[in-house]
Amino acid sequence: MTQRRGNAGIVAGLALLGVIVVVAVFANVLAPHDPLLADPSRRNLGLFTTGHWLGTDELGRDILSRLLFGARLALLVAVLPTMIALILGGVIGLAVGYAGGAWDGATMRLFDVMFAFPGILLALGIGAALGAGLGSMIVAMVVVTIPAFGRVVRGGVLAAKQELYVEAARSLGYSHWRVAARHILPNILGPIVVYATLQTGRNVILAASLSFLGLGPQPPTPDWGQMLSSGRTALAVAPHISTIPGLAIVLLAIAFNLLGDGARDLLDPRMRREQP
Amino acid sequence: MIAFTVRRLFQTIPVVLGVTLVTFLLTQILPGDLADVLLGPTATEEARRQLRAAMGLDRSLVVQYGTYMWHLLHGDLGQSLVFAQPVGAVLANRLANTAVLAVAAIVISSVGGIAIGTWVALKPGSLRDHSLSTSVLFLNAMPPFWLGLILILVFGLELRWLPTSGMTSAIDGGGALDLAAHMVLPTLTLAAWSMAVITRMTRSALLDVIDGDFIRTARSRGLGEARIILRHALPNALPPIITVIGLQAGFLLSGAVLTETVFSWPGIGLALYQGIAARDLPFIQGGILLLALIFVVINFAVDALYAYVNPKIELQ
Repeated sequence: MTQRRGNAGIVAGLALLGVIVVVAVFANVLAPHDPLLADPSRRNLGLFTTGHWLGTDELGRDILSRLLFGARLALLVAVLPTMIALILGGVIGLAVGYAGGAWDGATMRLFDVMFAFPGILLALGIGAALGAGLGSMIVAMVVVTIPAFGRVVRGGVLAAKQELYVEAARSLGYSHWRVAARHILPNILGPIVVYATLQTGRNVILAASLSFLGLGPQPPTPDWGQMLSSGRTALAVAPHISTIPGLAIVLLAIAFNLLGDGARDLLDPRMRREQP
Repeated sequence: MIAFTVRRLFQTIPVVLGVTLVTFLLTQILPGDLADVLLGPTATEEARRQLRAAMGLDRSLVVQYGTYMWHLLHGDLGQSLVFAQPVGAVLANRLANTAVLAVAAIVISSVGGIAIGTWVALKPGSLRDHSLSTSVLFLNAMPPFWLGLILILVFGLELRWLPTSGMTSAIDGGGALDLAAHMVLPTLTLAAWSMAVITRMTRSALLDVIDGDFIRTARSRGLGEARIILRHALPNALPPIITVIGLQAGFLLSGAVLTETVFSWPGIGLALYQGIAARDLPFIQGGILLLALIFVVINFAVDALYAYVNPKIELQ
């Protein structure tokens, strides 16, 4: 039952993500218009207008074209910060979990402090201090997600350290680095991959939120969060300008969440999805 | 329980200090420094130098942090650029507005979440159970500001049932009913995701205890199903539910920034949004510090409450 549900989720998530990736890769072929070209005479056009199937925005730009090009950015800001934080957090977690002692304690206290900032607030502070833009947004996202990856990896290492195979590898005289990287890491990879996939889904929302608050890529870059935010001025006359990019954000986040949940059910049937 | 609470209280002290250190460090990662931000690009080098000396920015990092903490302990969070007032005063004025929204949201999401979770747990695998899973999937993927926009569109612009921005109406506003009407949409927006999480936790916590011997005993005594659930199962399922409700506090505090922005709700979140637009770093710094400290206090309170409902925790 669990396995079947996991498979179905993975298939659905992969299909959805596949469509978005194809759309992003071929945005320049698929987009009917230049995403930056504003035509003041054709502002706030509705859905299904000939030539502009998703209408135009408050500056007269084609929404479909902006959405397609925006998919590139949306994938980038979801995946890239996750990868960087996974690598940095993973190395830190592996090192302090394996070494233990004072370094481990100090790192965990530092992570505790970073967890004391609720939700997006720390990312918001870092983004605001560095100045709005794509680069600072990615830096902010990486910094605030490193502790979670660090903890997940460290937890896995602490559990694996007790196992017989680690003792065996050590007794063969292998170096600490070799034991950590070649013996422990492959055995704890499953939960880490699951966590990274779910974090990618959360990063979709985090990036959209930062972007909505004005801390992401600056206009006129076609970015979903920013499209949603700037379209609010025309909400009463042309609600689709804001709601369509929002729907795209939801679909991308669902794709990663389905993949992550499915992978979790497959890898460890005991880890039920009810657990937060 | 008291020993646990005291120990937990001591554990929060380094966290509080760490939080102040991190918010202080925010000004250190600025491209340039605070004097550049405050004076703008047109200022002369002499003016920058003077301001740096006046603000102590030319001193060592340790001295600067010491000064920051000294001011903090005296309630001085610096001067806000965009509000042209002390940061502390702006935050104090707006804290109540954010608190009203956050408290309403936590009450609605807790009551609604526990009620729906119980209702769903009565029939696991049923249609209502599957509807819950689907709603959670969507809510999990939904940025709060998008949900807010949809609610504005449907209930504000289309049906015209509810006001969509601010706390009170400009004309004959201000009464309790007017405030309540303005609160409905922002509260729902803020509460939706938390309610889904609490519902899911209530469902699984109840399902975990419902097979227990004490429930079978209660059934064999011929008690009604409602009494069994409310008096026997639910209290035993409560500890994990309380933990999850406590965790929602963080989401509510940061979700308030997005929700208040969408609904122009005059709280700390909307002020932070305005601060970001104006690059008002002293204000952003102060706002984040306040919200983080509130979060630390709530976490402490939740742990103390947890020890109260689940005395076993002291043994661990």
